[in-house]
Amino acid sequence: MFADLDPVILARAQFAFTVSFHFIFPAFSIGLASYLMVLEGLWLRTGKGVYANLYRYWLKIFAVAFGMGVVSGVVMSYQFGTNWSVFSTKAGPVIGPLMAYEVLTAFFLEAGFLGVMLFGINKVGKGLHFFATCMVALGTMISATWIISVNSWMQTPTGYAINAKGQFVPAGSWLDIIFNPSFPFRLVHTVIAAYLTTALVVGAVGAWHLLKNRQNLGARTMFSMAMWMAAIVTPIQIFAGDAHGLNTLEHQPVKVLAMEGHYEASPEGASLILFGLPSNEDERVHYELAVPRLGSLILKHDPNAPLPGLKDYPKDRWPPTPIVFWSFRIMVGLGFAMLGLGLWSLLARVRKKLYDWTWLHRAAVAMGPAGFVAVIAGWVTTEVGRQPFTVYGLLRTAESHSPLAAPAVAASLLAFIVVYFGAFGAGTMYVLKMMAKPPSADEPEPAKVPQRAAGITPAAGVAAAPQRRA
Amino acid sequence: MEHIDLTIVWAGIIGFAVCAYVVMDGFDLGIGILFPIYSVGEERDQAMNSIAPVWDGNETWLVLGGGGLFAAFPLAYAIILPATYPLMIAMLLGLVFRGVAFEFRWRDPRHRPFWDMAFSLGSVVAALAQGITLGAILQGIHVQNDAYAGGWLDWLSPFSLLTGVAVVIGYALLGATWLIWRTEYRSQQRARHLALPLGVATLLALAAVSLATPFLAYDYWRRWFTMPGVLLTAQVPLLVLICSAAFFWGLKRGYERLPFLMALALFLLGFIGLGISIFPYAVPRAVTIWDAAAPYQSQLFMLVGSVVIIPTIIAYTGWAYWVFRGKAGTHGYH
Ligand code: HDD
Ligand code: HEM
Ligand code: HEM
Repeated sequence: MFADLDPVILARAQFAFTVSFHFIFPAFSIGLASYLMVLEGLWLRTGKGVYANLYRYWLKIFAVAFGMGVVSGVVMSYQFGTNWSVFSTKAGPVIGPLMAYEVLTAFFLEAGFLGVMLFGINKVGKGLHFFATCMVALGTMISATWIISVNSWMQTPTGYAINAKGQFVPAGSWLDIIFNPSFPFRLVHTVIAAYLTTALVVGAVGAWHLLKNRQNLGARTMFSMAMWMAAIVTPIQIFAGDAHGLNTLEHQPVKVLAMEGHYEASPEGASLILFGLPSNEDERVHYELAVPRLGSLILKHDPNAPLPGLKDYPKDRWPPTPIVFWSFRIMVGLGFAMLGLGLWSLLARVRKKLYDWTWLHRAAVAMGPAGFVAVIAGWVTTEVGRQPFTVYGLLRTAESHSPLAAPAVAASLLAFIVVYFGAFGAGTMYVLKMMAKPPSADEPEPAKVPQRAAGITPAAGVAAAPQRRA
Repeated sequence: MEHIDLTIVWAGIIGFAVCAYVVMDGFDLGIGILFPIYSVGEERDQAMNSIAPVWDGNETWLVLGGGGLFAAFPLAYAIILPATYPLMIAMLLGLVFRGVAFEFRWRDPRHRPFWDMAFSLGSVVAALAQGITLGAILQGIHVQNDAYAGGWLDWLSPFSLLTGVAVVIGYALLGATWLIWRTEYRSQQRARHLALPLGVATLLALAAVSLATPFLAYDYWRRWFTMPGVLLTAQVPLLVLICSAAFFWGLKRGYERLPFLMALALFLLGFIGLGISIFPYAVPRAVTIWDAAAPYQSQLFMLVGSVVIIPTIIAYTGWAYWVFRGKAGTHGYH
């Protein structure tokens, strides 16, 4: 029944679906691992019980999110071979080793210390346990570094040669491959994005419980910590995004022109299109609403600088402009909304009303999922904007796929959709349920958890996990 | 380094990773396979607790096997995965279910039966898919112009189904013997009862696969049964006999660790047997490891790090196992 579908479109849909789902979890677990490290560190330094309580509160949630990140990630590492075998044969010699290093330096580190982090506090003592937490957090960072390097190499390939079999092979130094031109920008922007995503979730949970009980110490502490992050890190992110855009303009101008919706060249300075409906068929933006010269001011830091248009490039190199145009605006719009939230919280802090302004708390709750949306929108911009290539300018997506049969790909895509929504939907529900419980103030310190029999502490989760085994 | 053949070194490393994966995830998939036989409550909780801190690390070897193959033998990765497409997808989906079950089953008592079933079914599907994949690789993959050239159901054959079932049984044996070692009371008793028939079944399965393989292709026959190779290959069945004897003896005497170690040894021997059948091919009788290999610079770059990192991984993984040593009893580890 699926026989007349195009297997390449199906394979693309499958990759996009699985990777987007996967990335939701790292976006949260990278930030949360670091947050847990900070909480445990603060607890060890100050001895304040509130930090220990918050640590245990978020550890349970982390365990669930991390588990989903792992299983969806394992899927990714096989997607290259199942769906993109030509790409794998050709690019394997260059990006394969980077991904192998990711496994060796990051995944094993995370996995090796995760057990101790989740279940081991009574077994190894506080110091070693803190060390395990740090290793897990470090692992998420190392993982981000390698995979972003891989992705960036596909965007801005350097340091390669092409051999007789048509494969990309390393030429010269591996440093040229790893530190390809877009890598530093993309890494900084993505890691900050993960931190912001986590901060917004933590802030939303804190705000939710403040709305119910302003005196809850745990809720106060997490809300305050999260709002500091939002206030300080959002401007950095906007700055990093701007720098990233300039870098992209240099290496992938077509992508930036699609993000901006510029079909025509603007010799006297480009406008900034705020709204419009771009159309590749008509080669123009319908219902355009634009601010003159602002585009050049942002992209060239000079209002009169000329900018080319998409029409200056062959049409078979254009990405699907409407998707990129809109996903970019969603990300940037949310970025400014986050900035607004951060500034509002600063104002409340100055007025000493941080825990009292209920509208601020409501806004923080509403912004809870914003990080995830911005992150996915950002990746869509990056990846769709790279089309129609998998290795930019060198290997076309249409030439990268496996010898696939449409029924097999369609059936597996369907299975992924059903399973992911089912399994990860349930996981999300469990996470929300845990978040709905207020952080309680009278939980004992982890080192002195009482001993209890196995299996009778289900919903108490990981705080109970040491008890299950202790 | 120029005169060492890095391709052979890498074949060894990937072989090691796959082997490590098979035995480590083998016992925890095996526990999933046995799960329905375990009664709800204390028995299941103990079994689950005995692997909860280590399953993620065990599964990481699968990522290394896949990722390592991609990096060191991109052509083999690009041929085998499309050739076994439905199996790979089934395995991955199975692993999704069983992976999330570790956390999800504790979240809501009303949902626990569902996640226990997901844990079990996911484990069976993953094990079966891995076993069938093994059979599919052994029976041969249709390759043309360095790419997979068969249909999407070519992997399906009586032989591949046999290897599929064999792997499920073997994993179940690993799981049962692990539980003898790491649990106590009823949970352990049950494992003891299961280990005996599973041991017999594993040996039968091993024998069936070993007998069928040489008939798949003359090449396998030649490797196993002609002089002088047979002097070497004959040692494998001999060692299998010795290990099985030790296994049954250990089981009978009530030893806790010996059965697990002997089950591991059986797997190792099976693995060596596979090595004898396959080497030096990456895709049997179609693509050798040298045809499939990544260029020298890629191999060297990875090797430099691996030499330091793999021993480090083994060290801290060992430490993590050591932290959670002892019985995963109802009252935790002693
Ligand atoms: C910026 C960060 C980032 C990005 C872009 C990706 N990942 Fe990821 N990945 C992580 C950050 C991460 C992580 C934070 O390190 C995870 C999340 C949960 C975990 O276990 O580690 C992870 C888990 C994870 C795992 C499981 C590791 C384990 O067994 O412990 C695999 C195999 C992958 N990823 C593979 C991929 C692939 C093939 C990607 C690209 C298509 C990818 N990841 C994108
Ligand atoms: C975690 C990081 C990544 C994310 C979030 C991501 C996201 C996406 C998205 C959203 C698409 C869909 C584009 C579309 O609508 O067509 C896509 C496509 C694709 N990406 Fe990525 N990607 C990531 C990393 C990578 C990496 C590392 C590779 C390496 C091979 C890759 C290769 C591809 C390919 C081959 C496609 C299919 C072509 C296409 O449909 O556009 N991506 N990715
Ligand atoms: C408001 C200011 C922002 C600007 C100007 C900006 C700019 C950019 C640009 C230009 C890209 C595409 C890079 C390329 O591939 O060429 C990008 C990608 C991305 N953005 Fe943003 N961004 C902003 C805010 C955010 C926020 C708030 C988040 C998330 C919390 C975010 C998350 C991402 C992610 C995950 C990517 C994909 C990875 C990457 O290429 O770095 N961005 N951003």
